[in-house]
Amino acid sequence: MTTTAPIDTHVENPLAHLSEQQLDELAREFDAIRDRVTADLGSRDRRYIESMIEMQRRLAVLGRALLLGSRNRAAWYAGTAALSAAKILENMEIGHNVMHGQWDWMNDPRIHSSTWDWDTASTAEAWKHSHNYVHHTYTNIRGKDKDLGYEIMRIDPAQKWHPVYLAQPVYNLLLAALFEWGVAFHDLDFEAIRTGRKSKAQVKRELKGIAGKAKAQVVKDYIAWPLVSALAATAVDAVVETRRQRKRPRGVIGRLTKRKPQSRFAPVVEAALTSGAKTFRQTAKADATSNIVRNLWAYAIIFCGHFPDQTYTFSQKEVEDESRGGWYIRQLTGSANIEGSPLFHVASGNLGYQVEHHLFPDMPSTRYAEIAPQVKDVCERYGLPYNSGPFSQQLGMVQRTILRLALPGGRPRPKPGPYRGENGAG
Amino acid sequence: MAERGAVPQVPKVRQRALHAVRSLFTPLLPDDYLELINPLWSTQELRGRIERIVRETPDAVTILIRPGYEWPGHRPGQYLRIGVVVDGVHHWRAYSLTTDPGHPEGLIGITPKLVEAGKVTPFLVHQARPGDIVRLGGVEGTFVLPDPAPPRLLFISAGSGITPIMSMLRALDRGEALDDVVHIHSSRTLDRVIFGEQLRDLDSRCDGYRPHLRLTGEADRFAPHELDELCPDWRERRAFVSGPGEMLDALVQHWREEGDLELLEMERFQPVIGGDAVAGEGGTVRFLSSGLETECGGGTPILVAGEEAGAELPFGCRMGICHTCIGRLCSGEVRDLRTGEVYGQEDEMVRTCVNAPEGDVEIAL
Repeated sequence: MTTTAPIDTHVENPLAHLSEQQLDELAREFDAIRDRVTADLGSRDRRYIESMIEMQRRLAVLGRALLLGSRNRAAWYAGTAALSAAKILENMEIGHNVMHGQWDWMNDPRIHSSTWDWDTASTAEAWKHSHNYVHHTYTNIRGKDKDLGYEIMRIDPAQKWHPVYLAQPVYNLLLAALFEWGVAFHDLDFEAIRTGRKSKAQVKRELKGIAGKAKAQVVKDYIAWPLVSALAATAVDAVVETRRQRKRPRGVIGRLTKRKPQSRFAPVVEAALTSGAKTFRQTAKADATSNIVRNLWAYAIIFCGHFPDQTYTFSQKEVEDESRGGWYIRQLTGSANIEGSPLFHVASGNLGYQVEHHLFPDMPSTRYAEIAPQVKDVCERYGLPYNSGPFSQQLGMVQRTILRLALPGGRPRPKPGPYRGENGAG
Repeated sequence: MAERGAVPQVPKVRQRALHAVRSLFTPLLPDDYLELINPLWSTQELRGRIERIVRETPDAVTILIRPGYEWPGHRPGQYLRIGVVVDGVHHWRAYSLTTDPGHPEGLIGITPKLVEAGKVTPFLVHQARPGDIVRLGGVEGTFVLPDPAPPRLLFISAGSGITPIMSMLRALDRGEALDDVVHIHSSRTLDRVIFGEQLRDLDSRCDGYRPHLRLTGEADRFAPHELDELCPDWRERRAFVSGPGEMLDALVQHWREEGDLELLEMERFQPVIGGDAVAGEGGTVRFLSSGLETECGGGTPILVAGEEAGAELPFGCRMGICHTCIGRLCSGEVRDLRTGEVYGQEDEMVRTCVNAPEGDVEIAL
């Protein structure tokens, strides 16, 4: 890095020390890793995704069933937890990865990128374009990768400052809670609309798609399921209350205060309706909570993928005439991993292996952990960084950057340098 | 998109009920949850459960399948597309149905014979187990027993070519219409005769069924001129023939020269692919989605050349039936490997599994 310029946003390209021939060799090594995995895919992988899908559906059923009794506190918490877990799995380990085409090799009409749809605000079609194509092709190229700050955040000091960024610490939190909606509107690509690259008809079609998804979610989570819960609670209470009325002591007092049948019926209706209304509200609240939990989790994992300090961004000039090896290095250094337990990796859709995912976006996610040592080995031999860190550290760095870059100025954070093995300084 | 099974005939009431509650499950369907209980309940595609597997010969088995919904029926002689998972990958193949439509338990059967180098038959013959779930595609084929059945019939089969004939024999037997049938069947050895026992049983029960078994491991192959001796009135009979290509070609020629070609029906099991007679010049294929480019010989399907070059291409039956593999032809012409016909206009959809390039082509896949 040069030290002469006073405000320097220049970072030396991580591949500067490699010759063209070395880049070609590196590309061949990465290609070979992919080919070995592709040749080995089989029953084991299929069993994994099938059982993951099955588990997700069982969790969803469990959550909805528990929420039938959502007026009970324990049932509310357990139901919300199960539903949140189901939504997270559906979104990340299943939806994101199936729509990447990671399971297309199975030739299964049901688990296929061309037919899959997910329970979020983005339509499959729009998301596949903005994510699979734009983000994964132009990863971390400033001005081309629309996921770099999602067009509303200043996440890199090379981005020009604007007063609106003063508010980014606030809307950062809003984006986190409403992440799925942020992504859906982001898919529209406002720049393409502004510059006229996207036709009005196309924009209209995409807005209609989002409206359709929104309606489906509102009907399902905020009307239909609360109604089912309410009906269940009403029915249960009607039965319980009727029994209680019948079992009223028939002693002296009972005989003296003999009630007429209609007056015995009224409290039944009243009790049932009250609990029905309460259950409706509680279930709707549980559904909203699980949508927000899923959004927060997805936001945290995805922001840790490209915005921690270790990652590099690239100018459009730097990537002119990029070779295959150069593309691999950009993916490698533009992404950062999150360290965690196997359960953490499942919950994050294996995006804790963001580096491996960006090198091989359509490789089944279960294989990322297996190839990680091979990727590290390549990094070590070619003097390249392998970005990784614990969840709290990565997320902390991202939040610090968002706060700092809300103000003008800022410098690129120091980079960790080449990976030096498990016990090295890397 | 990958090929899926046929749309099942679901009772209307059930369809309406599922439709009414679908907004509780969006973007999935109620089906996706019902399948957790029983995969046969899918109303999206027809599936079946393997009920029994009967070993016919050392390398052929009959697989009896219970369809998820009432079997809509088939005509004896037709084939069924069936999807199975082998090593995690879904494969579709077509097999003649060997049961007749009136099976008392409502089962349907196929009788695959092992193809050593194949992908699906080794699985079906050696690994499939009762309880396995398979996908059931459409029933197709025009090699069928007419209804009502002609009074006099001649069947000529060889090897696994007997499979569609067996369905016809069973249907005739069930309808007590096995009145006058001559059946010439060839097999290498006695223990390799598929349905040997059933054929002997028919022979002993029905006077109208006259089988001639030719064991080519011991005697000469059956030749068309022997017909005058084995079945002197062959010219007047409706004939159904099923077996290897050379046998069919010889029979067609014989009927054309000495009989009435109108009375001959035949079933070819493999599309004629790669024969020298239809091989063209070949050329370079460019796959526009991946940008891959590869040389493809005049007798090689575009699909095969593409896969060998590493392109990920959609595929299904690999015999020109299911249209899963279609791609839009952007430039150039192709040769249909089954017929030798050369064709191709811009934007025409072509099946990559049965077409080779004729000169350089670009395809949007």
